[in-house]
Amino acid sequence: MNWQVISHSLPIFAQAFKLTLWLSLVGILGSLIVGALSSLIQYFKVPILSQLFTAYVELARNTPLLIQLFFLYYAFPVIGLKMSATTCGIIGLIFLGGAYMAEGFTGGFSGVNQTQIDNGKALGMNNLQLARYVVFPQGFALSMPALAANVIFLIKETSIFSVIAIPELTNTALDLIGMYYRSNEYLFVLVVAYAIVLIPVILLLNLLERRVRYGTFGD
Amino acid sequence: MEHSVINVLFVGNNFARIMQGLWTSVWISVDSLAAGLVLGTLLGILRTLPSKPLRFILRLYLEFFRIVPTIVLLYLVYYILPRSFNISWPASWMAILAFALWVAAEFSDIVRGAIESVPVTQKESGLALGLSKTQLFRYVLLPQAVQLELPATINLATRVIKTTSLLMMISIMDVIAIGQQIIEANNQKYPTAVFWIYGLIFILYFIIDYPLSLWSKKLAAKENR
Amino acid sequence: MTEEILRVENLNKFYGDRHILHDINFTLHQGEVLTLLGPSGSGKSTLIRCLNGLEDFSSGAVYFKGEKIKPTDKNWQEIRQKIGMVFQSYDLFPNLTVMENILLAPTKVQKRAKDQVAQEAEGLLKDVGLEKYADSYPRELSGGQKQRIAIVRALIMHPEVMLLDEVTASLDPEMVRGILQIMTKLSKKHHMTMIIVTHEMGFAEQIADQVLFLEDGRILENTPGKAFFAQPKTERARDFLESMDF
Ligand SMILES: Nc1ncnc2c1ncn2[C@@H]1O[C@H](COP(=O)(O)OP(=O)(O)O)[C@@H](O)[C@H]1O
Ligand SMILES: [Mg+2]
Repeated sequence: MNWQVISHSLPIFAQAFKLTLWLSLVGILGSLIVGALSSLIQYFKVPILSQLFTAYVELARNTPLLIQLFFLYYAFPVIGLKMSATTCGIIGLIFLGGAYMAEGFTGGFSGVNQTQIDNGKALGMNNLQLARYVVFPQGFALSMPALAANVIFLIKETSIFSVIAIPELTNTALDLIGMYYRSNEYLFVLVVAYAIVLIPVILLLNLLERRVRYGTFGD
Repeated sequence: MEHSVINVLFVGNNFARIMQGLWTSVWISVDSLAAGLVLGTLLGILRTLPSKPLRFILRLYLEFFRIVPTIVLLYLVYYILPRSFNISWPASWMAILAFALWVAAEFSDIVRGAIESVPVTQKESGLALGLSKTQLFRYVLLPQAVQLELPATINLATRVIKTTSLLMMISIMDVIAIGQQIIEANNQKYPTAVFWIYGLIFILYFIIDYPLSLWSKKLAAKENR
Repeated sequence: MTEEILRVENLNKFYGDRHILHDINFTLHQGEVLTLLGPSGSGKSTLIRCLNGLEDFSSGAVYFKGEKIKPTDKNWQEIRQKIGMVFQSYDLFPNLTVMENILLAPTKVQKRAKDQVAQEAEGLLKDVGLEKYADSYPRELSGGQKQRIAIVRALIMHPEVMLLDEVTASLDPEMVRGILQIMTKLSKKHHMTMIIVTHEMGFAEQIADQVLFLEDGRILENTPGKAFFAQPKTERARDFLESMDF
């Protein structure tokens, strides 16, 4: 292990680190929105839309991100849709993550007691109001563990962006290895970088989960 | 358009080659799973033992795999084995090693969770019958745990299968690598080949994974009832 | 004759092949209290849930103030704002405080001004003796307190009729009396129209203008309250009253 090699690479890795963080953040937020939306649509069995979203969730969950990205990046231009690698990456991650989050939310929503729904209905709420005031807030607390696992999963999935040459952490490490042949050093920095991103996230999510479970919510 | 599908996919042995690539992905998944489940069961059982240092080390092992993305694991094995240990295995063996270690980590957590969630009364009534610790594991805890862990295990299998899409990254001739070759060979004559080939591979993965995740969901729903 | 509030005509309900409610007919007038009696499993909850569309029924009709309710989701949702309901399981929304529980529907569903509703809510809380608990969360309250809040939460919608399904059945005996008093006061003082399912026979006798006695999904008796308790017409009703130790 040559420390000089490592310290020289740090500025480049810092750049990549920022990009990984940013891509993760956008991907996770987008996935949460798409996931919540598609789960609610499935929950309330909105005609046509709910079948469409079910098909989407199954397709996205049961195929690898890599092939989804290849499709977006290499196949879409053939039918006239050309997007930058980063755009493809984000769309791909949200496509995949939205489906995972939808499953997470659905698990939580299905744990909301039928009596709670009945109470909401008896108070005259429509589906939108039921979703907003009853199903979502209570189901969200129950979904937390699954959503947290998905957050970690999605951050790790950004490593696959390396295959379409987005200069995030993994891609940067591979580039450097290709150029300078110092695999031990660069792989070491790469693993440490993922640890720096993920350890605080894991701790934070654990804390949040406990807060939601024992805090003001669900008795 | 129609013609290009037929020409690219079914002319020559292209389709057969894709299937061969798929087979490579499948057997690497199966081997990794088999090795990973055996090792994972062992580690999982060890994690239920009272030894603190042992638990700590195994926990570290698990956390390492929780933090490092699979593609990075693949490269770790791919670069470090030959360069630092002078081991020159075929790439497919290295992939199996990386995947198996990862599967073992995840599965050890599933096994531990399942064993710990077998009700205490079951353990006590086993002990009350005069079973030894090993017998208790063998005849009471493991059989019940296996049933509890089945959905999560199937889920893990679907993830391993999806992860085989990374094999091409360490130059294994998997379904995607072969797909790329076919696309390159046909790019001049049939520019839409890329669409059909990747579309086909997408569907192939779905055909393998979807029934498994359906099965796992069914089992999980049954357990919750 | 006072105004008609609810009328049920030839209502039938199936769960799969099982015929749960057979040809139910009755009418409820303004200010009347109808008690729904019958053994467990006779279909009381199912019937009461059909009246605000929580269950759909197979045939027949429900009329609200003389108008037939078209059984669409949208219609039921409108109607439910005028039909209050309280359940046996006192399910407040666990993630909201007492006050938030009470304000939610009037402000979000009926779009009434929050400060006015809040003022009214304070008055109602005082009526049920819980004004101190406005900012508590449901898990800090006892069952009886939660049930009182659930009644307030329904009342603040200004319903024209209240459906109360065994609201004291899951409570500790010492909690029961307070809830019964609230219902009595609602009827005697505020002339609230109510349908009450209960196993408290003394309370039923004292409050009922009309008794529906249900068994196996059929109305066996539809009698004025006094008459039912003095002299049940059917043997089944007599047995029932006896079994209730009454
Ligand atoms: N969701 C349901 N599915 C099938 N059968 C039901 C359902 N709910 C109630 N029942 C049946 O309908 C009958 C009436 O139930 P219910 O209205 O709860 O009676 P009660 O409130 O008088 O005790 C019972 O036989 C019960 O088993
Ligand atoms: Mg009932």
